[in-house]
Amino acid sequence: MDIPYTVEVRRDTGLNNGKIGIWLFLASEVMLFGALFASYILIRVGAPSWPRGATILNVPLATFNTLVLITSSVTMVMAWASLMRGRFGTFRFYMGLTIMLGFVFLGVKYVEYSHKFHDDLFPRTNNFLAIYFTLTGLHMLHVLGGMSVNAYLWVVGGKMWKTNPAWFTNRVENSGLFWHFVDLVWIFLFPTLYLL
Amino acid sequence: MSDSAVVAPKAHVAHHEVHHEELGFWRKYVFSVDHKVIGIQYGITGLLFLLFGFSLMMLMRYQLAYPGGSLPLLGKLFGEGRMPGGTMLPDFYNELGAMHGTIMVFLGVVPLAVGGFGNFVLPLQIGAPDMAFPKMNMASYWFFFLGGVTMLASFFAPGGAAQSGWTSYAPLSVLAGTGQTMWLIGMIWLITSSLLGAINFITTTIQLRAPGLTFYRFPFFVWAQFVTAFLLLLAFPPLEAAGVMQLMDRVAGTSFFLPTGLVVSGQVVNVAGGGNPLLWQHLFWFLAHPEVYVLILPAMGIIAEIIANNTRKPLWGYKPMVYSLIFLGFMSFIVWAHHMFMTGMGTTMAAFFQTTTMIISIPSVVILTALIISLWGGSIRFNTPMLFALGFLPMFGIGGLTGLPLGLNVSDIPLHDTYYVIGHFHYVVAPGTIFALFAGIYYWFPKATGRKMNETLGKIHFAGSFVCMNVVFMPMFMLGLAGVSRRLFDGGASYDFAQPVLHLNVVSSWGAWMLGLFQTPFIFNFFWSIWKGEKVGANPWDATTLEWAAPSPPPHGNFTVAPSAYRGPYEYSVPGAAKDFSPQYEA
Amino acid sequence: MTTEHAASAHAPGHDPAEIDRHVRVYVTVFVALMALTIVTVAISYLHLPTHLAIAIALIVATIKGSLVACYFMHLISEKKLILAVLGVTAFMFLVLLGLPAITHSNGFWIHQ
Repeated sequence: MDIPYTVEVRRDTGLNNGKIGIWLFLASEVMLFGALFASYILIRVGAPSWPRGATILNVPLATFNTLVLITSSVTMVMAWASLMRGRFGTFRFYMGLTIMLGFVFLGVKYVEYSHKFHDDLFPRTNNFLAIYFTLTGLHMLHVLGGMSVNAYLWVVGGKMWKTNPAWFTNRVENSGLFWHFVDLVWIFLFPTLYLL
Repeated sequence: MSDSAVVAPKAHVAHHEVHHEELGFWRKYVFSVDHKVIGIQYGITGLLFLLFGFSLMMLMRYQLAYPGGSLPLLGKLFGEGRMPGGTMLPDFYNELGAMHGTIMVFLGVVPLAVGGFGNFVLPLQIGAPDMAFPKMNMASYWFFFLGGVTMLASFFAPGGAAQSGWTSYAPLSVLAGTGQTMWLIGMIWLITSSLLGAINFITTTIQLRAPGLTFYRFPFFVWAQFVTAFLLLLAFPPLEAAGVMQLMDRVAGTSFFLPTGLVVSGQVVNVAGGGNPLLWQHLFWFLAHPEVYVLILPAMGIIAEIIANNTRKPLWGYKPMVYSLIFLGFMSFIVWAHHMFMTGMGTTMAAFFQTTTMIISIPSVVILTALIISLWGGSIRFNTPMLFALGFLPMFGIGGLTGLPLGLNVSDIPLHDTYYVIGHFHYVVAPGTIFALFAGIYYWFPKATGRKMNETLGKIHFAGSFVCMNVVFMPMFMLGLAGVSRRLFDGGASYDFAQPVLHLNVVSSWGAWMLGLFQTPFIFNFFWSIWKGEKVGANPWDATTLEWAAPSPPPHGNFTVAPSAYRGPYEYSVPGAAKDFSPQYEA
Repeated sequence: MTTEHAASAHAPGHDPAEIDRHVRVYVTVFVALMALTIVTVAISYLHLPTHLAIAIALIVATIKGSLVACYFMHLISEKKLILAVLGVTAFMFLVLLGLPAITHSNGFWIHQ
């Protein structure tokens, strides 16, 4: 089906369809996480006492994870920049790195969660843990989603790059926007849960 | 084809037609990415759910009219667990009530109004070949289907379907049976469907409109769907988050919505506590208030099209209507706590929400008034779509006006959660939105099928529905003013103060059953006309908007020659013109 | 498909020199983000009074978030349409965060 502006931009908006689509999706995600942050605020304000994050959670490990995610954001945008420079090999390197860093992030979260469960700390234990597991859990699902799309682009990229490089570059950019958003959520999640 | 930077749409369409591969049955009619097929899928599924949801209510109305009575024949169908000896149990009543609301709103009206009409008409009305993201459009439908299946399946869960109201207030909903978990999962599918759809609608409207179709040349229907998409996009996610949290409460034992020291049946509930049932209410109503505008805006869009067409005049006040639409959409996000006036909020916040609620009535009034004034001096054609459109106007007026005492904090005190509320919102949705949806079906049926529906059956459908709607819902205001609460399984029969008004329950019930009867000419007409209806061409209504440039029904790709827009959407009876309408698409 | 064509078909004006400039910005932002992360964690060890701690943490997070949004997500040079959508979203986000909290805070709620 010949849908216009899938690759070329529409003159009066200066945008192609995919760019608008991904930003609209991110807008909805802002509201999704916003609701969870709003819930955090209401629950915490209404609680007689609230533990400081560091007393329950592992701050050094999460700091490391924050640095991992930030790095993956850079490698992601470098992957896109590589395509813009026409360097497909470099793209594969950076995209592969992004996916690997995603695995590291997930690995650290696995360690964190299993430590909690081992210490008999579950979502049902108290509201701090409830919101911690829900917020980081939903975030983790988004990391998984982003990684899946990135992996798909990494695997089938060669064929797409040959048949329609401009379209493929756009798809990588859009996937990157989602990945940066996931990083952005963590940038707020991390201090909220771990440092306050 | 994909190499060239900017190719004229005409060349694309012509090129495309030459090598269009024949799709098999499944890809053409079931897993289609064509917006018209998807629109019809949404439409038929939505209509079926409307019928099912209405049937649930017709069942409830027997209990309300004759509390404790044994329903003859049908009563045996529901088993001893729900209707022992044909007598409805309270839990079954609650199940029916919660699912009636859920199904009508989320599986009936919105899928039909947005998924059905939006999908089918919008790309045609802006001169586009399809939606911006056809595959995602297909995904939207199937997520909706999945949500519907989940909701239906929940009736078979142990303990039955959700029975905590369509509003699923905590802590009752958290403590309820498995059906509630399925409700939550179903909602997540439905929300996903709506979000994907919203992204598609917004992108399509902005990017795929035909040359010459500026925003101020959009048909009002397009504006309505556009604003509606923004409401869905930004308001649904908080309910999704809330749904996840309620699932956590139910399945993982958290206490997001469970307060400390909650006692159920004499036992303290074994949870950490510290949660807030009002958190659920805030998150729910943050969606559910914009949701009611999702219910009415597409309807207003449909009515506007039909009124312009059948008065042979431009709409009066097009620009104020558009600005009102945008203002309404914006305001809809900051009024939600008028559903929570009775939860203990202080006077300052109550005043805030009361003020925003009063302000939001202004754009609605502007739109309704403009539609009414649009009739003045018109050469009115009283065909079936127009009859439903004309019927919509006073019905929406009543619905809107009865919202005012509910939106004012003090007068809400005696009216909150009474039948007055039920009367109010049903007037807006039932002889309001649903009439608009009927109007739209009669109006766009020729475009979708190439045949007109039968006018005589349509007029019977209208007359019967109009009378019966009022018979069902008008008494509810009196019931509410008398103090009868909603969601009472016996309709107030066990209360002394309700005795003088109880007979009104019988009136409403008979109105509902007659209303059901009057839908049969419509159902028959709908299917009969697909094969036997009067055949028509591209523009049977002599209308001006772009969809009437396409053949009836439109082929894959919609237009044989990609259209452009040369003028506004409602250039009817232009002085000096050869005919009484100057289509947007004619040079 | 030539590289020049790929570049021009995507967005006019993105020549190799401009990409290099962008990459330099990315690296700078990367360093800034790492540094700010260390800063915000270090400050948390000071155990400041809660309200101050929250304010500072949120300010640092906002700066970091803005860097990601403006430079990695290219918002600093994005089209008006996208910025308008995000502006409306930001407003609704603040409404969602603020109104329930205000409604239930002391002075606005009946039961203290």
